Amino acid sequence: MTVRVDWRVSCRLVGTVLRWLWVPLVVPLAVALLDGTTVMPFVLPMVGTVAVGFGLERLTDRTDLRAREAFLMVSLTWLAVAVAGATPFVLAGNGTLAEPVNALFESMSGITTTGATVVVAFDRHSRAILMWRAVIQWLGGLGILVLATAVLSQLSVGGAQLMETETQTRDVQKLTPRISETAGLLWRLYIGLTGLQIAVLYGLHLIGLAPEMTLYDAVAHAFTTVSTSGFSPRAASIAAFSPAVQWAVVPFMILGATNFVLLYFVLGGNLDRLRNSDEFRFYLGILGFFTLAVAGVLFAEGAPHAGVEEVARHSVFQVVSIVTTTGYASTDFDLWSSAAKHLLFVCMFVGGMAGSTTCSIKTLRWLVVLKAFRRDLFTVATPSAVRPVRLSGSVVDEETIRDIYAYTLVSLVFFIVATIFVAVDTSRVRLSITEFEAMGAAASTFFNVGPAFGIAGPFASYEPFPRSTKLVMTFLMWVGRIEIIPVLVLLTPSYWRS
Amino acid sequence: MRIVVVGAGEVGANIAVSLAADHEVVVVDVDPETVDEFTYSTDVLAIEGNGTSRSTLQAAGAGEADMVVASTDDDETNLAVCGTAKTLGESFTVARVRSATFLETWTASEGAFGVDLMVSTDLLTAQDVVRVVGLPAALDVDPFASGLVQMAEFEVTPGSEVAGRTVREADRFESLTFAALVRNGTVVLPRGDTVIEAGDRVVVIGTPESVEAFSETVASTETATEADDFVIVGGGAIGYHTAKLLEERGLRPRLIEQRSDRARELAEALPGTVVMAHNATDVDFLVGEGIGRADAVIAATDSDEKNLLVSLLARNVGVRRTVAIVEEGEYAGLFEAVGVDVAINPREATAEEIVRFTQGGRVENLSLVEGRQAEVLEIEVDEESVLTGRPIRESVRDLPSGVVVGAITRRREFVVPRGDTVVEPGDHVVLFVAADALAGTMDRV
Repeated sequence: MTVRVDWRVSCRLVGTVLRWLWVPLVVPLAVALLDGTTVMPFVLPMVGTVAVGFGLERLTDRTDLRAREAFLMVSLTWLAVAVAGATPFVLAGNGTLAEPVNALFESMSGITTTGATVVVAFDRHSRAILMWRAVIQWLGGLGILVLATAVLSQLSVGGAQLMETETQTRDVQKLTPRISETAGLLWRLYIGLTGLQIAVLYGLHLIGLAPEMTLYDAVAHAFTTVSTSGFSPRAASIAAFSPAVQWAVVPFMILGATNFVLLYFVLGGNLDRLRNSDEFRFYLGILGFFTLAVAGVLFAEGAPHAGVEEVARHSVFQVVSIVTTTGYASTDFDLWSSAAKHLLFVCMFVGGMAGSTTCSIKTLRWLVVLKAFRRDLFTVATPSAVRPVRLSGSVVDEETIRDIYAYTLVSLVFFIVATIFVAVDTSRVRLSITEFEAMGAAASTFFNVGPAFGIAGPFASYEPFPRSTKLVMTFLMWVGRIEIIPVLVLLTPSYWRS
Repeated sequence: MRIVVVGAGEVGANIAVSLAADHEVVVVDVDPETVDEFTYSTDVLAIEGNGTSRSTLQAAGAGEADMVVASTDDDETNLAVCGTAKTLGESFTVARVRSATFLETWTASEGAFGVDLMVSTDLLTAQDVVRVVGLPAALDVDPFASGLVQMAEFEVTPGSEVAGRTVREADRFESLTFAALVRNGTVVLPRGDTVIEAGDRVVVIGTPESVEAFSETVASTETATEADDFVIVGGGAIGYHTAKLLEERGLRPRLIEQRSDRARELAEALPGTVVMAHNATDVDFLVGEGIGRADAVIAATDSDEKNLLVSLLARNVGVRRTVAIVEEGEYAGLFEAVGVDVAINPREATAEEIVRFTQGGRVENLSLVEGRQAEVLEIEVDEESVLTGRPIRESVRDLPSGVVVGAITRRREFVVPRGDTVVEPGDHVVLFVAADALAGTMDRV
């Protein structure tokens, strides 16, 4: 049996990515130096990743990346970065993060922009470690490989392949003739949005509307908002800040989950692209619908919130936070009524727009599923009618529709299996959780949302889950972020055999 | 005028023959047999050769010609002929195309490809179809003066209000002129006391509103429904353009195309049309889809025989009006005799468009009536015209007898032509001219 995949090429390119991981590590290192806390948890991984990176690059001289190698490389890169990202937590050796499985969970939750945390006591960790959580989320936000394509010349040809593999929605649009320039444009937009949010948050602090929002907090929260990921250095998440901050965070979550290509055109003054986008209207419609529904429920029940502003703020914030898969909390929504919590649970399955920093199934897929199903209902009545499915005026080809149906179905199957596993595994260790909490935790990790309900609630921690559950959840976050297919492909025998 | 026609296929030959009477025509074709046939059967110079080569065009005198008409069956060749002709001289170039893409480019930037006039047979035919189905009972509709004036031809059915009445009685519309009657295939100029008989065809000229109002009196036996439901059979270029034009009017036509891959293509290109992949001669299908309730069925497949069959089947399942495309001009009368309401010949549309340009710059628009028995022309009058500066009652005495002033537009406003109307320079006059009066009229107006 000969292996058909040139795995050396994949590993070599993973090495190239690892070799540059020292750059983001500079940020927490700087915080550590400023605060006078220990720098070793960052220096050692810097040396380690550079060494491993160079080692992997020695494997082969070839760099030609084909579809097969791209699947392997994408899967391995996310796994490798998650493992590397866990080392500072272990080396720092404080609190729950010192335990390797917890560290890997936290790191994977970071890089996949999930935002599910195992931290129990935030004050036991240094500001540098908490900043590292934010930095890895920011790296994972737009996709590590989009970043890699933008800055590494080795990926100039295979880049389109990688970006397409990383986001399975097949919508990599080359904005410029060179893919690296396209990736660069997307990243500049991403950096711009992050910078803008830092300015807004710190600006609120300076004019006295946000006493708690220090520069450190502004940076850490901007990193995890635009990337729709949701780690906060505060135990109370965004609830720790003033209402002004909570309102200010909402538009950045919405922007982070908007298609970046559309945002790019809007920046160029072309508003028509946004206005004519069926998906954008659908996305806003979903946000509007769930906000009104949640607000209606909270109003009707009159608790735990009172007053129009408070109800409006928490409904908008929580719906946007969950739909965009950010996972921030402006209040402990675990205290909400069953109706409101179930509405938020449904939001987990939606996700933002394709081609953004969001996760989950995404509005593009739901819209195509809805349109294709409506078409199918029409052709049941009129069998000879030929009716293509259109999105923003252009035709979606039938193969894509089939892929989207399949993806959506596979996602739901994953969710069901994961729920059963979580429920069974927790009852094995006599950790009593309800089926709804098991569903919430499974959906929240697989769709990279972050917080769920009950023991996995917004102000709680995933730490009490048994190790086996945490490892499975780590797998779910990994698979969910790179949209299942690249990992599942690796599990088919025909992928490896010739 | 010296006119070079490249490509002597059906359309090219038709153009060449219709122009040969008044102009010096040279025909170029690659096929030696076609060239021989032309040389012996017509009074035109036929040259064998490739129309895209400089030497052939030079031999045909394209450099000195006033007009070069490229009408081969291949779009790219026609464009190349025009481009090549432009390198030789100052001739006015006309290209016949099928592709909508080239037409879009040319419309966006006139003069593109070195083409001065681009004529799409399929689009012109589709425009004809859409105008005809837009008016109940209409056989032919053509716009003049940028749409301010319409010429329409109607068939008078036995139950119609106007049957058995005199022209004076029927002419209840202020801004409508009865230009002609066609009785047994012959054009008759009507007088006030002429009685309109069932089976006659009337040619009227007037504002679109009055033409529409008139069409309703003619078609009074048929009830018009609110939402117009049109079914197009055949997804060729004519079917495509027809559906697209109907979509542009806000309608949702149905289109039946047998080949499923072509149906898919059409469905992708026509978002407002319900495309069905099925054989339109399957009666069960026609009944099952409720085609019988359609306002009109347009048979636009690429076969005349099939169009006839589809039209008759449609009529049989209850469709009120059938329109068929007839490539072979001679069949048109036969189609209408056996029960097709309107037979439209694509070549006539093309010929109208091209002949318009050979009448010199003064004719703004033109429509052919009953073959070429008469023409309806739109002319911008100048100081020298016999019409200018006097009431129409006086000026018609200086014109041949086969001329009717149908409508006048002045500064983009419709003017009702009456005996005492004074024509001013710059007015656009729409004239109905019988064929024998054509030469005499063109000199004087």
